Amino acid sequence: MEAGQTYLDEMLFAVLPYIALALFFLVSIQRYRAQRFTYSSLSSQFLENQRHFWALVPFHYGILTVLTGHVIGLLIPRQVLAFNGVPLRLYILEGTALVFGLLTVVGLVAILVRRWVFVKARTVTSPSDWVLYGLLLVQAVSGVYIAVIHPWGSSWFAAAASPYLWSIARLNPEINYVVALPWAVQLHIVNAFVVIGFFPFTRLVHILVIPNQYLWRRTQVVRWNWSPHSRRLPR
Amino acid sequence: MQVRSQISMVFHLDKCIGCHTCSIACKNIWTDRSGTEYMWWNNVETKPGTGYPAQWEDQDKFAGGWEKKGDEISLRSTDKKRIVPNIFHNPHMPSMDDYYEPWTYDYQNLFNAPEGPDQPTARPISRVTGEYIDIESGPNWDDDLGGSKIYAANDPNLKGLSPDQRQQLSAIERLVFFYFPRICNHCLNPACVASCPSGALYKRGEDGIVLIDQKRCRAWRSCVAACPYKKTYYNWHTGKSEKCILCFPRLETGQAPACFHSCVGRIRYLGVLLYDAEKIEHIAKLPDSELVEGHRSMILDPNDPEVIESAKKCGIHDAVIDSAQKSPVYKFVKEWKVALPPHIEYRTLPMLFYVPPMSPVMSQQNGDTVDHLNNGFFHDIESSRVPMKFLANLFGAGHESKVAYALKKQKAVRWYRRAMTVGDIDMATAHKMLQAADCSVEEAEALYRLTSLCTFDDRFVIPPAQREEAIEMMKDPHEHRQSVGFGFSSGSRRGL
Repeated sequence: MEAGQTYLDEMLFAVLPYIALALFFLVSIQRYRAQRFTYSSLSSQFLENQRHFWALVPFHYGILTVLTGHVIGLLIPRQVLAFNGVPLRLYILEGTALVFGLLTVVGLVAILVRRWVFVKARTVTSPSDWVLYGLLLVQAVSGVYIAVIHPWGSSWFAAAASPYLWSIARLNPEINYVVALPWAVQLHIVNAFVVIGFFPFTRLVHILVIPNQYLWRRTQVVRWNWSPHSRRLPR
Repeated sequence: MQVRSQISMVFHLDKCIGCHTCSIACKNIWTDRSGTEYMWWNNVETKPGTGYPAQWEDQDKFAGGWEKKGDEISLRSTDKKRIVPNIFHNPHMPSMDDYYEPWTYDYQNLFNAPEGPDQPTARPISRVTGEYIDIESGPNWDDDLGGSKIYAANDPNLKGLSPDQRQQLSAIERLVFFYFPRICNHCLNPACVASCPSGALYKRGEDGIVLIDQKRCRAWRSCVAACPYKKTYYNWHTGKSEKCILCFPRLETGQAPACFHSCVGRIRYLGVLLYDAEKIEHIAKLPDSELVEGHRSMILDPNDPEVIESAKKCGIHDAVIDSAQKSPVYKFVKEWKVALPPHIEYRTLPMLFYVPPMSPVMSQQNGDTVDHLNNGFFHDIESSRVPMKFLANLFGAGHESKVAYALKKQKAVRWYRRAMTVGDIDMATAHKMLQAADCSVEEAEALYRLTSLCTFDDRFVIPPAQREEAIEMMKDPHEHRQSVGFGFSSGSRRGL
């Protein structure tokens, strides 16, 4: 252990990620095999259709854009840094990210309020949903807080977070990248791993079964109980 | 020619007495679970009326079915192009308010209420939230024209009726209505199947029953929006959509579906139709005026040697072909042409057909007397109390000729039987009417027998499903020896 690192740091940044990832993969696969019936998000639009649009749409578009930004920063940090070399581009990127981050927070708060205020929607909200919404709210609010208080994240992500995350992927966590970061950023990272670990136990699994094949499958689906070709063949 | 077989249905509306026995039979078997209380896979509507869910026929509101644009057709709701931006919020999804909030009553209060000056009451309790509610609507809220100023007056099928005709429908002492029982139509071009992002909905190849794979359904609810008949329902408790399964577990064991079996008025017929699956796409794209005829032309003659040969090539079992030859549905739909598909303009090619109902004659014409034979035999059909245009909107894509044909034939058969049994009309007139209605004497007899004297076996000609054969073809039964079968439940433990 290097100077300035505590056991807590070690646990949070070097051990927790692996627990989270292990849970994510093992439980996701096991749940898909054993409980495929539950592998979706329990929609409540049928029970409450007035506020649904104003909650779900901002949240999803917000979080999808922000997540995509994180992934790009992780995959091509150098290119992002180079792109940010021109200040105007940096401002536009950061501004966009902040807008979508705020959209996420607004959508999430709207989801929470809707789920609580409309009794029918509350009926179909499980304890794991409430925990999940709490975690996501912490994640989104800390993200927006970081974007405002510690700006130019799109650049320092490449210098600090990206190498750390890659070191986790290489099974050799280098936590010195993150122990010196401000508390909000650390919270954001730790909470992210908590969400990843909790993911397969929640409605979030619907992300893993996005029906992309719809876009190229045939319009009509017919299933046969017998093969029409072998039906009349002598046996 | 790609021959497929379809278990198909005819509802003889002239016989429906609106008793809802079918609905109850269905509900008791299939939809008494949590999350399904509001569902009526089988329901009986009063027409004119707004139905269930309210105004389901108004596709400007619900965007169900297919839409013809130029030479192509596309889903009105979320087709492939529109599903991506709309995936987080289904724009055409009906909500529970469009159906009704299911409830029970606080019966315990009748026993537990403290002594007081008033009788205790059993207040309604929501079956969703468990809280007290004020009931605002329910299944068959507009039964028998209840609240007709709101409900019957807003029937989407009144489109194209003159103000006079509308008024006549609700004029006091001339009120008229008929019943319209509905189940899933098990369409040939089902919009629900086409819309499902997960590919969970499918049509069974061998009998054409449209089903939802509960393990693949991921609660996108596209089918609910896409079905123009609103016959797929979202189970809010399991997060899966559900629909009429035509009681396939009963069909596979040779029994009629529950709603059919229990039908008091004996209005229901069930049998196999053979059709040419290659034509589906072409027929679904025909102009409105040709849809009824086109749909009928897909149905193949099961006695035609060529059809039989093709059917065998396509793997259809001899027993199914035999069953198709005895099918009462084939007779009503294709031979006699008196049964018509509902709202074929939605282009899903429904395989449930309705014999349009006769209605009382309008006595307005000659003061207070009804003159039967003054201008032609069928004058009272054109001016019956239910305007022809209304029936045409329901069963003829707005075109009256097919409905008129079906009604004339029914009326001719009635008069033919009246001449025979009552004798107040001479037989020559009856024969003239039959001729004018394109109906031979033999046909009239057969139509009369299948309408009025039908036995259980006449009405339901169920082909042997041969599931055992199908299963053996796909799976080796020996593999499953000493196991606990295959199904939903996870495997048993501790050597059971």
